[in-house]
Amino acid sequence: MAVVFKKTKMLTDAHFHYCPGCTHGIAHRLVAEVLEEIGAEGHVVGIAPVGCAVFAYDYFNCDMMEAAHGRAPAVATGVKRTNPDNIVFAYQGDGDLASIGMAEIVHAATRGEKITVIFINNAIYGMTGGQMAPTTLIGQKTTTSIYGRDPAINGNPIRVCELLATLDGPSYIERVSLQDVKHVVAAKKAIKKAFTHQIEGKGFSLVEILSTCPTNWKMSPEQALNYVAEDMQKLFPLGVFKEIK
Amino acid sequence: MSEKKLMKGNEAIAEAAIRGGCRYFFGYPITPQNEIPEYMSWRLYEVGGSFVQSESEVAAINMVYGAAGAGARAMTSSSSPGISLKQEGISYIAGAEIPCVIVNMVRSGPGLGGIQPCQGDYFQAVKGGGHGDYKMLVFAPSTVQEAVDIIYTAFDKAEKYRIPVMILGDGMLGQIMEAVTLPEMIDVTKLPKHSWAADGTGVGEKRRIINSLYIQPDVLEEMNKKLYARYAEMSANEVKVETYKCDDAEIVITAYGSVARIAKSSVDILREKGVKAGLVRPVTVYPFPSETYLALAKKDCVKKFVCAELSMGQMIEDVKLATNMLKPVEFYGRSGGNVMSPEDIVDFVLKEGK
Amino acid sequence: MEKIIIAGFGGQGVLSLGQFIAYAAMYENKAVTWLPSYGPEMRGGTANCSVVVDDVAVASPVIAVPDCLIAMNKPSLDKFVNSVRPGGLILVNSSLISDKVERTDVKVLYIDANKIAHSIGNDKAANIIVLGAYIKHSGLFDKEVMVKTIQKVFAAKPKVIPSNIAALEAGWALE
Repeated sequence: MAVVFKKTKMLTDAHFHYCPGCTHGIAHRLVAEVLEEIGAEGHVVGIAPVGCAVFAYDYFNCDMMEAAHGRAPAVATGVKRTNPDNIVFAYQGDGDLASIGMAEIVHAATRGEKITVIFINNAIYGMTGGQMAPTTLIGQKTTTSIYGRDPAINGNPIRVCELLATLDGPSYIERVSLQDVKHVVAAKKAIKKAFTHQIEGKGFSLVEILSTCPTNWKMSPEQALNYVAEDMQKLFPLGVFKEIK
Repeated sequence: MSEKKLMKGNEAIAEAAIRGGCRYFFGYPITPQNEIPEYMSWRLYEVGGSFVQSESEVAAINMVYGAAGAGARAMTSSSSPGISLKQEGISYIAGAEIPCVIVNMVRSGPGLGGIQPCQGDYFQAVKGGGHGDYKMLVFAPSTVQEAVDIIYTAFDKAEKYRIPVMILGDGMLGQIMEAVTLPEMIDVTKLPKHSWAADGTGVGEKRRIINSLYIQPDVLEEMNKKLYARYAEMSANEVKVETYKCDDAEIVITAYGSVARIAKSSVDILREKGVKAGLVRPVTVYPFPSETYLALAKKDCVKKFVCAELSMGQMIEDVKLATNMLKPVEFYGRSGGNVMSPEDIVDFVLKEGK
Repeated sequence: MEKIIIAGFGGQGVLSLGQFIAYAAMYENKAVTWLPSYGPEMRGGTANCSVVVDDVAVASPVIAVPDCLIAMNKPSLDKFVNSVRPGGLILVNSSLISDKVERTDVKVLYIDANKIAHSIGNDKAANIIVLGAYIKHSGLFDKEVMVKTIQKVFAAKPKVIPSNIAALEAGWALE
């Protein structure tokens, strides 16, 4: 019998702890498949964040480090500088990367650290139970903005790709989405490109992945995918924001 | 007296802080204290205060520094890893003599640890977790009502001594629901203005400088002596302790916070079994109620102390110091987020011999 | 003193079942603690709460030996069945648990809670069915106390009051 689908060897056999309809699992798989395709096995280190993906070190079948909240790019910097031939990636959520870790991500990017950051943007704090994230949309209800995010009270959301693209250190920055199969395929291409930039030593690379959080958005998985496609993309347009050839 | 309300510890603490005059809250999400910032985010809005979900705990404590330095009643809350991040700011707040309130709903550590109840931050809280010579007034409430009553007056204490006041709770205190009677809302417009507060009105020689930098060693030494004189005054006035069935006790169990109420049940079970047990419960863990311990250690009937903690053994060091080691002090602890039952402490006492 | 452990899947209403007992205790001027388990899984995981009701202030909210266990799913029954004190009460949600309790020193009630909830037209109220059976067989509160509690707790959502009271009555009626 022909094998038509096989789980990538860069994922362990551990069961994901993610909620039904959450896209972290897809993002994990895409990153792991790319790692396998680029032959990263045996010379790759991943950095896990604090947040829903805190257990990512259980899932990626490679050396992993758990960073303090927001500090993954700093930890990744240390790892890459120590062994520059290793492929080093950080996997971070929006609270981790764009709130508490904004200093670390900006400085890793502007230094042009040759690392790849996978940035999961689901516009909310998942693990802690649905608080406002730096990427929460205007009007979006969270447990710390119960009437909906109001710029006058809660400030405005941050567009990470656009912000980092103003820096000279990054070589590749793209925003993708996991809203449907077509976009999942495109997301994988972007992730592969980002890692390729790292391997070629071009500079810092980051892929922002628009993702779902049905539990805290209080939506069905299908509604959540539509929310990514229709609402999130108005604020966070897809595309390549920086690419050094 | 107002009607009783069934409230979660975290929410009751938030409401009582507001009723005690807190109008500014800065915090960052971390389990198991999320109900505090969540409650503050809408409730402060209702009472005309301000809530900011900061980008990090480092930012949150520095926002408290700013608001409290400007004379406001400001507060932050977090749990262990977040409190570690705040230590730098707490040291600056102590050095700059800024009154504020900090809540730590302790979870298990070290490192990222776990999210279940723990008491592993005792040393950090009572010995000064940040750099330099400073102390905080540290309360360890055991019930939701006690937490409400303590935080309601915490700003008064903080302002009296110009120090940071810490409420040292744990995940259990934060998550438990109990019936509470809430105190009246104070009138914040009637709070006294602080002459030291940088409220923007200072000009020339009357400028207020909120600062902890003292380049001249002699000047800084004087400053440290001044702070310590104030800590001594605080120690003389603010020690709070509860004793339970200690009059004829042979075995004195000691515990603080949530564990103390578990231990209280242990005392009752032991008494039913004919063991003369008692309980000492520090309500303030700094200043520590040393005199109570020493007086008990000197009593002939007291054979030994048993210190119960959700840690690998931290308060026990202060118990040994306070008792002058006149009687043996044994340790029973659970860690990692495991919580002992009353029966566990009873078994320990019975097994270790009377 | 009454010590109760209520356990099941997240989403089965085990925490709110415990809260109804806690509210009723408070309205009856009794002392009460409600202590939930908490964890990273938002739903689908296991949840439990410990409720202690007493005439004087509750000391330990942590229960090692409950007077009553309410088990809404099988893992919960397996976990706590042996901790119940001899002579205690175990309520088993037989809609999800086919096992029988082997202990002979406890009183066991099997309640087809999900089916009964469905039959009265409120699939979400399996926990309230069990609550009705619990207060009757434990003798902790009169039915009227819990009816008033439901009315007070749902004061802001009056629409759901009748169906919850119906569920309580259905549970109370179980022998």
